[in-house]
Amino acid sequence: MAGGGRGLGFTAGLAVAVVTIQVAASSAHKVFYLTQLTMSAYAMLIVLGLALLMGYAGQASMGQAGFFAIGGYTAAFLTTFDLAPHRGSVVVSLLGRMHLLLTRADGSGGSITHVHPWAAALFAIVLAAAIAWLVAGPVFRLRGHYLAMATLGFGIIVHRIFLGSSLFGAADGISDVPALALLPGFAITGRAASRVSNYYAAWGVVLLTLWMLSNLIDSRIGRALRAIHGSENAAAAVGIPIARFKTQVFVLAASLAAVAGVLLTHFNGGIGPSDASVMKSVRFVAIVAVGGMANLRGALAMGTVLTFLSLRGYFGTFDDLVFGGILLAMMLFAPEGIVGGQLWQRLKSANPLKVR
Amino acid sequence: MSMIRKMTVLTACAVLLAALPAAAAETIKIGAVLAVTGPAAFLGAPEAKTLEMLAAQFNAAGGIKGMKVELLIKDTAGDAEKALSLAKQLVEEEKVFAVIGPSTSGESMKIKQYMDENATLLISCAAAEAITTPIMKWVFKTPQNDANAARWIFTDMKKKGIKKIGVLASNSGFGKAGAGQLEKLAPEFGIEIAISESYDKAAVDLDAEVTKLKSKDVQAVVNWSIEPAQSKVPVSMRKMGWMVPLYQSHGFGNIKYAEAAGPAAEGILFPAGRLLVADGLADSNAQKALLLKYKKDFEAATKEAPSTFGGHAYDAFTLLAKAIEVGGPDKEKARAALENLKGFVGTAGVFTFSATDHNGLGMDAFELLTVKGGKFVLAP
Amino acid sequence: MLMSSDIFLQFCVAGVTYGIIYGVVAIGFTIIYNTTGIINFAQGEFLMIGGMTAVTLQRYVSLPLAILGAVAITMLAGAAIEVLFIRWLHRPSVLRMIIITIGVSIVIREIALHLWDEKSHALPHFTGDSVSALTVAGAKISPQVLWVIGVCGAMVLLLGLFFRATPLGRQMRACASNRDAARLCGINTRNMVTLSFVLSAGMGALAGCVVSPITYVQYDSGTALAIKGFTAAILGGLGSTAGAAAGGLILGLLESFGVWVLPAAYKDAVAIAVMLGVLFLRPSGIFGNAEAARLREF
Repeated sequence: MAGGGRGLGFTAGLAVAVVTIQVAASSAHKVFYLTQLTMSAYAMLIVLGLALLMGYAGQASMGQAGFFAIGGYTAAFLTTFDLAPHRGSVVVSLLGRMHLLLTRADGSGGSITHVHPWAAALFAIVLAAAIAWLVAGPVFRLRGHYLAMATLGFGIIVHRIFLGSSLFGAADGISDVPALALLPGFAITGRAASRVSNYYAAWGVVLLTLWMLSNLIDSRIGRALRAIHGSENAAAAVGIPIARFKTQVFVLAASLAAVAGVLLTHFNGGIGPSDASVMKSVRFVAIVAVGGMANLRGALAMGTVLTFLSLRGYFGTFDDLVFGGILLAMMLFAPEGIVGGQLWQRLKSANPLKVR
Repeated sequence: MSMIRKMTVLTACAVLLAALPAAAAETIKIGAVLAVTGPAAFLGAPEAKTLEMLAAQFNAAGGIKGMKVELLIKDTAGDAEKALSLAKQLVEEEKVFAVIGPSTSGESMKIKQYMDENATLLISCAAAEAITTPIMKWVFKTPQNDANAARWIFTDMKKKGIKKIGVLASNSGFGKAGAGQLEKLAPEFGIEIAISESYDKAAVDLDAEVTKLKSKDVQAVVNWSIEPAQSKVPVSMRKMGWMVPLYQSHGFGNIKYAEAAGPAAEGILFPAGRLLVADGLADSNAQKALLLKYKKDFEAATKEAPSTFGGHAYDAFTLLAKAIEVGGPDKEKARAALENLKGFVGTAGVFTFSATDHNGLGMDAFELLTVKGGKFVLAP
Repeated sequence: MLMSSDIFLQFCVAGVTYGIIYGVVAIGFTIIYNTTGIINFAQGEFLMIGGMTAVTLQRYVSLPLAILGAVAITMLAGAAIEVLFIRWLHRPSVLRMIIITIGVSIVIREIALHLWDEKSHALPHFTGDSVSALTVAGAKISPQVLWVIGVCGAMVLLLGLFFRATPLGRQMRACASNRDAARLCGINTRNMVTLSFVLSAGMGALAGCVVSPITYVQYDSGTALAIKGFTAAILGGLGSTAGAAAGGLILGLLESFGVWVLPAAYKDAVAIAVMLGVLFLRPSGIFGNAEAARLREF
């Protein structure tokens, strides 16, 4: 399925595709496609993490949008909250001495002092990972429906907190988020001039993640995950520390979602409560289901296509219907996804302990 | 021989020239980013229908400045990220001349920076004052300012000697902005807001929230929302026998909301555009003719009563058309023309823009209305 | 934080009103869960379909007939869902079932959007109008609330009778306690499953109709109800009908009094907090049997 050598081959092939598309788009004067492909790329980070969690570790999560929002909102808040009035306080002067503050002109002619985007990004990702680690304990004591509902509940609470609190802009969200400078001369930003570089940055991150996860799946850890998915009792019997692995995968998936949140927020220049909604989480689950639960490449391919079309308004007023319908059709007829994979079937038939 | 050859060539050329298609009629592309479906559909759906209606009307009459209108409406389903993606698509790919919308304040805040940076006109149908404050060169909006609505409410309260009030606002951008304005302006009128709570815009029942307000013994209640759930507040209040004056915002501007509340709606006071009481206006009123026409056309096209929400889209389109007529199909010139429009009659009021005012409406864009016999009438 | 007795009672009335609605949804969950082990995330949609259909029908026929028609149509829809999406699945995994019912819920919601529209609708109040109110011990109750309590209460009682006293009901209970044994006794378990969907759909539709004058109904009313109904079901102990009803009432009261204690903005977070609390602290619910819960797969 995902042999190490073939994994690299696919990643390389994808890299070639990415470059080809960019050159084609630029020369055909359709550079604006790249913007939506960039947004799709970041969504795929979430999907890859979820595919690992659902397909390999076999744990449903209907709250990934919550981690995306924690990452994005934290980064947005820290880079737009003016610390100048609090210059005297202990925390702010400490941050200043550690060179973690940035002063820049804000949109309306004044100046604003806030946490440096780099520090904010790092903090946001670590925060999301920490929350995931804390939540994983109680969540993984549950099974099946209860587990799914617990993750759903988590997603809803995050959504409600961001929606209800004026510190995070309530219904309006946070806007005027500055660019995230990665290298001298290059930043994550939505400006038209940086479109091509941002496209490569986004897809670079996705390719790196894909390669990383493919290696993970082929390693001992991946085999342990598949054992857990197949039968927890059997896996425990051979001494696999189940709880630890499940937690680690959960934290990994949450961190990926948070990274996507941070980068996309800087790219879009803002974030709002609708980015944390239940429908977003369901869409990610739908994409993983379509691509094939245990199939990173399938999820990536189908997910990019669907997200790109949705962002372009291709489905018009039937957008949610398309995603719901695809979810339904996939689960009914091809639970292993369109892009195939015998892993699912092998797991199902090989495990006599599975009751349903 | 050469003569014949020359003649043949000339004839061939003449034939070719005659066969060339007449220069295609010029079109002007106007984009719209609206929440046609989803949680804000009660805003976006009438807005979309209004725009389609107007585009057809203009095209039947020859278009704008001789150019056929090509209207591109994109559905955001109320999602701000989608609004941004679709706005970018309209500007960069479709190369629209201007964008009308979005329907909600949250979406507008997300795309206004992009529109301004890309020098394309944005005429928003959302109400938040923050959209045009601080002013961005290319960003305008057509709904009245919530600050002025608040002032109308407080002026009436002061007249009636009301000093202590409770505020209920929905948790949407509209509600939150309104609650903010109420808090900011209350001291100016000597009014104390004893309690201010927000409720979910999709709330199933508001008895508990209303009971909480009732326990504070306030003299009046302000219910600031634009969603259907707002009708539950008067119902809860009157059902409990709590008869203090109830004021609502201009988000109440849809007769269906009054119908949903039934007899509980009687006596609700709210500032709104004159569209809702068009029949009752004096003939000398500058807006009357336009309002009656929009009402008639909208009812014919959709079999529904018009709401002020669709009216914001109406104003956006007609303002844009006027700007293009005056400034020509040049973005910068049209923008300048829009900014200099004075005394333009719209459904929300009479617009007068300037370099420091991209909303163009003042206190006089509102009237204080009330519900009597299930209908909207001017308040006495 | 003391409150006067009539304010207290008013909060109680509000809580009971929400609570009964959640209880009915919870009972719907329970019926299907007991017979099939599936948690039907589309449960809330039955209320929505019932309410919307009744609103459309009552433009042509009288109110009682419209409600009857709506219930019948929703029952057909429930049967259709079971036959189309559930019946022919062979030993589906829990994950797959969860996702299927979520998919069904989304598809129904979006079809409703395009079949009807985005607006909210309501049936007229059965007796009186939106402001009529009876005074009971200092609190004002709308007659419609009494209708909700009466109709839903009657439904629950009849359901109990059905399960205990009729052969069909007993067959369903047999199916619920042990599917394989029931099949061995000659009970057609596949039809029992369909019947459970039909019952849940019918109850949901009737509840949706009687509640719509108070809560209005629109194409997306189903989702929020499903989540709260699930919370009520597990609060009472999944699998017990009485527990579901009790769980609904408790949840409704918690929400209502929560508004007094917390900013009203977080009212919906209360239900989710309760759900997470139950899941993390006592998954068997208040009345559920902890042993039995552990033995069950979910």
